[in-house]
Amino acid sequence: MKADVQAIKAVQSRRTVFIISAIVLLAVFVLGTLVYNRDKLDKGTKVAEQNLAFLVREHSPRLGPAEAKVHLVEFIDPACGTCREFYPLVKDLMKANRDKVRLSLRYAPFHAGSDNVVRILEAARKQDKFWQTLEAVLASQPYWAPNHKAELQFVWPQLGNLGLDLERIKRDMYAPEIDRIIAQDLDDAKALGVTMTPEFFVNGRPLPDFGYEQLRKLVNDAVAKAY
Amino acid sequence: MSENPSTMNISDPSGQGHSPDSAWTLAFLAWMIASASTLGALFLSQVMGIAPCVLCWYQRIFMFPLVLVLPAGLFPFDARLVRYVLPLALGGWVIAMFHVLVVAGIVPEKIRPCAQGIPCKDQVIEWFGFLTIPMLSLIAFSLIGLLLVSTHLKASK
Repeated sequence: MKADVQAIKAVQSRRTVFIISAIVLLAVFVLGTLVYNRDKLDKGTKVAEQNLAFLVREHSPRLGPAEAKVHLVEFIDPACGTCREFYPLVKDLMKANRDKVRLSLRYAPFHAGSDNVVRILEAARKQDKFWQTLEAVLASQPYWAPNHKAELQFVWPQLGNLGLDLERIKRDMYAPEIDRIIAQDLDDAKALGVTMTPEFFVNGRPLPDFGYEQLRKLVNDAVAKAY
Repeated sequence: MSENPSTMNISDPSGQGHSPDSAWTLAFLAWMIASASTLGALFLSQVMGIAPCVLCWYQRIFMFPLVLVLPAGLFPFDARLVRYVLPLALGGWVIAMFHVLVVAGIVPEKIRPCAQGIPCKDQVIEWFGFLTIPMLSLIAFSLIGLLLVSTHLKASK
C-alpha cells in the first residue's frame, strides 16, 4: 500500500514538474518577445529621429498639399503583396485626412526584378502618369509577379490603357538619374532600418508594430496633435 | 515514510532501485532542451524576423516533433521511448553538423544545398565568436542525443 501511494505521488510530482517547466518556458518566450519588441520600437524611433534627413528626399513622388503638417512616408516595393493590399487603405487614410496629411513614396524594391518595375514608374512619372501607373502595376501584380519575382515581359500588357508612350518608357527607364534614385532610396532604407515592406513613418515615427489599425492610429494621433 | 515523496528523488516505487526515476529525469531534460530550442528557433524567426534557410528548416523538422513526441513517452514513462525519439535527434544532429561545416567553409561549394533563397553560410548571430545558430542547434541535438542514450542505459539496467 505504501508503495502504491508513493507511486501515485511520484507520477503527480512528475506531472507538476512538467507543467511548471512548460509554463516557465512559455513565460520566458512571451516576456522575451515583449522586451524585444519594446527595445526595437525604442531603437527604431531613435534611429528615425537621428536619420530624419534620410527619410525625405527631393526626388520622391508625393501626394497631398505641401503645407500639410502630417507627413506620411511609405517605403514601397511594387512587387510586394502587402504593399498592394495597403495601397487602397493608404488612399482612404489620405482621403479621410484631406489637406492634413501628405504622402511621400520611397522605393524599397527588395523582390527580384522589382527595381525594373520602379524604373517603369519613374519613367511614367516623366509623362505625368506616375500614380495611374502605380495603381495599374499594383492591381495587376499577381500577373507579373508570380512566385515573388517581377517578370518585366508580363508588366507591359498591363499598361496598355493608360495612354502611356511605352516606347518612350523603354528609352527612359534606364536613365542614370533613375539609377541614382533607386540607389539612394535603398541606401536610406538601410540607414533607417527598413528591412520589410511596406514600412511607414508618420512625422518621422515608425509603426509600433505592423498593421493597418496601428498605421491609422499613428496618423490620427499625429493629426490630432498638429491641428 | 523516510523520504519526502514530493521531491523527485524518492525511491522507486516498484522497488527495483532508482533507475527508472532517473531515466525519467534524463528524458525530461531532453524534452526541456527540445522545447527551449523550439521556442528559441521561433523567437529568431517570428520575433526577430530572421528568415530560416533551407538547412535550418530541415533541422526544425527534426527538432519540433520532439516537443510533442517526448511527453508521450514521459506520461506514463515508456522505457522504450528512445526507440522512437532518438532517430529524430540523430537526423537533426547530422543536418546540424553539415550546417556547421558549411558555415566553417569545410564543406565545398558544390554540394551546398542552399544555393538559392536565403544563404545558409551567412550568419546573423555570432555570440562569443563561435556560437552561431547552427552551432546552437548542433549543441542542442548533441545534448538531446546524449540524454536519450543515458535514458536508455538507465532504463534497461
